[in-house]
Amino acid sequence: MERRTLPGRLTWQRGEVVATEQETARAKSITLALPTWMGHRAGQHVDVRLTAEDGYQAERSYSIASPPEEQPRVTLTVERLDDGEVSPYLTDELRIGDKLELRGPIGGYFVWEARLGGPLLLVAGGSGIVPLMAMLRHRAAVGSTIPTRLLYSSRSYADIIYREELEHLDEADQMLEVVQTLTRVQPPGWTGYHRRIDTDMLREVAWPSDQHPLMYICGPTPFVETAAASLVTLGHEPARIKTERFGPTGEA
Amino acid sequence: MSEGFISRAFRGRRQKSDVAGRLPPGQYLERGFPVLSAGPTPHTPLERWDFSIVGHVKEPKRWTWQELLAFPHETPTVDISCVTKWTKFDTHWEGVSVETLLQQVEYDPNVARYVNAFSDGGYTTNLPLADVLGGKAWVAFSYEGQPLAPEHGGPARLLVPHLYFWKSAKWVRGLRLVDHDEPGFWESLGYHNYGDPWKEERYQGD
Repeated sequence: MERRTLPGRLTWQRGEVVATEQETARAKSITLALPTWMGHRAGQHVDVRLTAEDGYQAERSYSIASPPEEQPRVTLTVERLDDGEVSPYLTDELRIGDKLELRGPIGGYFVWEARLGGPLLLVAGGSGIVPLMAMLRHRAAVGSTIPTRLLYSSRSYADIIYREELEHLDEADQMLEVVQTLTRVQPPGWTGYHRRIDTDMLREVAWPSDQHPLMYICGPTPFVETAAASLVTLGHEPARIKTERFGPTGEA
Repeated sequence: MSEGFISRAFRGRRQKSDVAGRLPPGQYLERGFPVLSAGPTPHTPLERWDFSIVGHVKEPKRWTWQELLAFPHETPTVDISCVTKWTKFDTHWEGVSVETLLQQVEYDPNVARYVNAFSDGGYTTNLPLADVLGGKAWVAFSYEGQPLAPEHGGPARLLVPHLYFWKSAKWVRGLRLVDHDEPGFWESLGYHNYGDPWKEERYQGD
């Protein structure tokens, strides 16, 4: 079925928070019931708008973590930025029963669905896992056997978002391989990688370029730059590499 | 739909009024320079780089890197706004005015009413011709006194600061003058065709 990527007007709608889940010390998932949700594709995001009593508003974008199959429920996973204006409200203040205004879905490029095929390579840095998790959940929900590899970089074991769910998916699915790297601290007995991602790591994890994988990279800008440049170095077609970046480059 | 809606216990971080008045609606002040691109950063060597103006022109033109740099430089200081909600004040650029380049070709402004910018990596964006004339658009190659970094669109990007920043095509390689409006990359994916931050034209239908 051909899905429309061009929505009509994106109107603001109100969702009710029906569940929350603390994923890590900094990341929280918020599940909303959205009566008028028009559906989304895995990888898309929404705009969230907060309104204060005097009418002051703040807007930010957040990736959707849940697969289309769970609509009209939509789950966002939000990473708390200590100096943030919106994320601390979402992670610390918002609770079940509250209403949240949002509009979406937004973005028709960084999306994957089973009909697009594979093999699939997903490369996540930190909370960049969120839109990729929507793809993995969609893949599981439709019972896809498309060969898929996830390379996921976190600072420490405790920082791994969706850790248990990823373990379960990895164990339950022969066609899915989850490879983790922990860049700062590793627990005793850690069998994954111990360093930031680099070309050697991607050479080991990524599909050979002659298999023409579809590749999705999401994370902070330096992470995405490194991963995308490495994949190009390894001979992958730039047009098959889709990126989503967040965070400043660090320059003032 | 937001009429009367209040986010319980949300207070927000108001900006001083001088800042608030300079921020387009729905934007926040950013001090870093976030990067957003849909794919890998292209790296075209300068000796192979060129900039062309093609399409509805009497004769297409093409300039090498050195030829582009030989045009008079301008140093605009502008506020830039990204559709992802950040706005950065007083960014300093150096580049060649698009108007200067368009003066090098012959075209009929009643026919060539739109411009499609095209970039390394296949990115495109569409603009009305009027929006790149009159000192409103540049081909920029320097940012804050330094050569423009590849992740920010170097060696050269379009700079059209009065529109959302996706119109300021990174890695720009030329302009195609066309007689009809033709949606570019993001414009075909649900983003607004024009993208005026002051009207908050983020998405189709805004």
